[in-house]
Amino acid sequence: MLVKESVQFFTHVPLWDFLTDTQWTPLFDDAHFGIMVLLSGTITSSLVALSIAIPLGTIIAIYLSEFAPFSVREVAKPFLELLGGVPTIVYGYFALLFVTPILQWFYPALPGFNILSAGIVMGIMIIPYVSSISEDAMRAVPMALREGSYAMGATRFQTATRVVVPAAFSGLASAYILGISRAVGETMILAVAAGMQPNLSFNPLEPAATITAYIVQVALGDLPHGSVGYQTIFAAGLTLMLFTLLFNIAGHMLRKHYREAY
Amino acid sequence: MVAVPAQVAAPAVLKAEVKGLNFYYGDFQALKRLNMPVYEKQVTALIGPSGCGKSTFLRSFNRMHDLYPGNRYEGEIRLHPDNVNVLAAGVDPIEVRMRISMVFQKPNPFPKSIYENVAYGLRVRGESRRVSLNEKVEEALRNAALWDEVKDRMDEPAFNLSGGQQQRLCIARALATDPEMLLFDEPTSALDPIATASIEELIHDLKQKVTIVIVTHNMQQAARVSDYTAYMYLGELIEYGVTDEIFIKPKKKQTEDYITGRFG
Amino acid sequence: MAYAKNLEEIRALIASHKRWDLLFACVGVVALMIGVLTFVALFADMAIKGVPRLDWDFFTSFPSRRAGQAGILSAWVGSCLVMLTTAFFAVPLGVAAGLYLEEYAPKNWVTDIIEINITNLAGVPSIVYGLLALGLFVYQFGFGQSILSAGLTLALLILPVVIVATREAIRAIPQGIREGAYALGATQWQVCKDHIIPYSSAGILTGVIIGMARAIGETAPIITIGALTFIAFLPPPPVKAEPPFVSFEWLTSPFTVMPIQMFNWTSRPEAAFLVNAAAAGFVLVLMTLAMNALAIYIRYRLRKRIKW
Repeated sequence: MLVKESVQFFTHVPLWDFLTDTQWTPLFDDAHFGIMVLLSGTITSSLVALSIAIPLGTIIAIYLSEFAPFSVREVAKPFLELLGGVPTIVYGYFALLFVTPILQWFYPALPGFNILSAGIVMGIMIIPYVSSISEDAMRAVPMALREGSYAMGATRFQTATRVVVPAAFSGLASAYILGISRAVGETMILAVAAGMQPNLSFNPLEPAATITAYIVQVALGDLPHGSVGYQTIFAAGLTLMLFTLLFNIAGHMLRKHYREAY
Repeated sequence: MVAVPAQVAAPAVLKAEVKGLNFYYGDFQALKRLNMPVYEKQVTALIGPSGCGKSTFLRSFNRMHDLYPGNRYEGEIRLHPDNVNVLAAGVDPIEVRMRISMVFQKPNPFPKSIYENVAYGLRVRGESRRVSLNEKVEEALRNAALWDEVKDRMDEPAFNLSGGQQQRLCIARALATDPEMLLFDEPTSALDPIATASIEELIHDLKQKVTIVIVTHNMQQAARVSDYTAYMYLGELIEYGVTDEIFIKPKKKQTEDYITGRFG
Repeated sequence: MAYAKNLEEIRALIASHKRWDLLFACVGVVALMIGVLTFVALFADMAIKGVPRLDWDFFTSFPSRRAGQAGILSAWVGSCLVMLTTAFFAVPLGVAAGLYLEEYAPKNWVTDIIEINITNLAGVPSIVYGLLALGLFVYQFGFGQSILSAGLTLALLILPVVIVATREAIRAIPQGIREGAYALGATQWQVCKDHIIPYSSAGILTGVIIGMARAIGETAPIITIGALTFIAFLPPPPVKAEPPFVSFEWLTSPFTVMPIQMFNWTSRPEAAFLVNAAAAGFVLVLMTLAMNALAIYIRYRLRKRIKW
């Protein structure tokens, strides 16, 4: 009972709060433009991150479940868990002070705050999530299917790409969705390394603010309760929630559509 | 231990009576109109091919089906001497299980010490005095023919015991609470032949103290161990009688077919 | 037999397939290495820049405008206190919820709703938790920008982790054990108290540790609640010299935590502060690693001791 109450409470209250707060924002007109700015930051950074995390995560997952010898897998898995457990603020620091200088070595015109290095680090941070769930999905594929493929003379690579991956697709989709949610919702790496300047552009080589970074920026200052500033962060948060919810629902639908019964 | 046909002591006292028992898993009727006596301090065996409902029948005695939703009893199982219907809605299953104990097919000792395993039933009944627990644990282990093997390692985890020892531990655990009836659900099917023989010997000794109902898919075991046998098929009780008669001169053809191995 | 190829062609085909195979294996190792190397680079970077700065003063001084004198005292004390509060709320609630869902909950739509809510909770970005906390704990409930709010927020954040870990640990217990206990006449609560909880406690502990490791590093929700980044004092101690000997004042005082301190220092342009940030980061990473390692170790020992 206790759990039920508090959980239901949780799903009611923020919605209500968010809603009542966004009622008094006709200046959303001004901020409507603003949301697009923040959105562009979020989208760009997420794209950069996912273009790293999804390919690498999937490759790692395939390698670990189909190719790697047992000893490698036993070492790699905890390692990846640790990678995912590093506090995001530390990743932010890393992006700002380590990755950016390296990138600047390649491309000297790169500003100190930019989406690219934040995106890269974010991508690496998400790899463990993608790879661990993908790998679990692939392990769940019964050996019988693989044996059928091997028996016909296929190599590991062929079996992996033509048999296991399609069979595990629903699990892979879940992993990708989780990665997307994580990328969209990530805050600190971007706040630190991408700067807090709202900038409507899709160019990762420039600084920009994301929805999340904006919320942090506002929260760092002093917030009188009920002021416009207070309300805008809730509006921004609501947008974020909707995005995340959308992705979760999409993931759910995808899973139901592609679920293979073993 | 030579297999000696069990002698029926006369007169046989009734310990339990099954009257018109029907049992449903949801919509599926698993037991049909069962009527059977259970005699005190005798071993009654339930035999039959897989899926005939013998385990279902056994588990009705101690209301194990109550643990899972969707199950329904009709009819009565009356326990004597107080003539209470074990299946009645008003009767608390926990009370029933305090009087009737069970030993399962796969030995299931708790991940506790040997001592604690046997003592658990007593603790559940509120016994906490150390002296009293020690006595009863020792008595139960002696009755289960396990005492000599474990008396020096009572605090070791029960998992360290072999399969046969674990099963005897489970028997000790069931005995510690002085049950009126002991149910055995295929107790030796997971054990090797030597362990099986020791458990059968144990059952023979135990019946002097407690009424026993045993389910077994091994007919020879039923013939060795029981005084009365019931043959079941597809949820019905086909034939019931003194073990010797069932195995030597069964009254029904179905029974004969099963016993001679024509099917099942 | 349109597919009849002579042996030469088959061998060539196989060779080419094997090359692809090898190529992919290499790619896989490279991908792994990227992850590993990043981690090593990160750790080394922190260590190289930060360890020299680590001395007793660092741990026992407050942050100050002068980088050389700045320390993390208020930050790590704050972190400890917040962790304490988080555990206090998350563990009982999470374990009770997990236990309820596995052993007691009937299979109806109410249970489904609860389960759906828990899955949703797990996918919410951490900053949204901060917003929720701001609205709910800080203002609505009036807890203010305090350790209590932070603890409650983080507890909510890691609640799904604890619940899932509890359920998994409970599910691992074979049904035979439960039946054995029930057959001896135990009530449902006795079975939970004497069997289910003790046997699953190691798994639950692992989940709690992993959750706490995550909570330690969380910055965004705490900032949103309004943890201040320049705190030069400690919250009032929980034990006082006069009656009543235990005080809860510390729960409601302003505070800061480790990750926020690091964030603050990283945002300063002076190089000296960046060194401080590296040192703080190093401590933070070390703590997280230690907790994760502890959880992994417990999981390993558990697997050896109880073999279902």
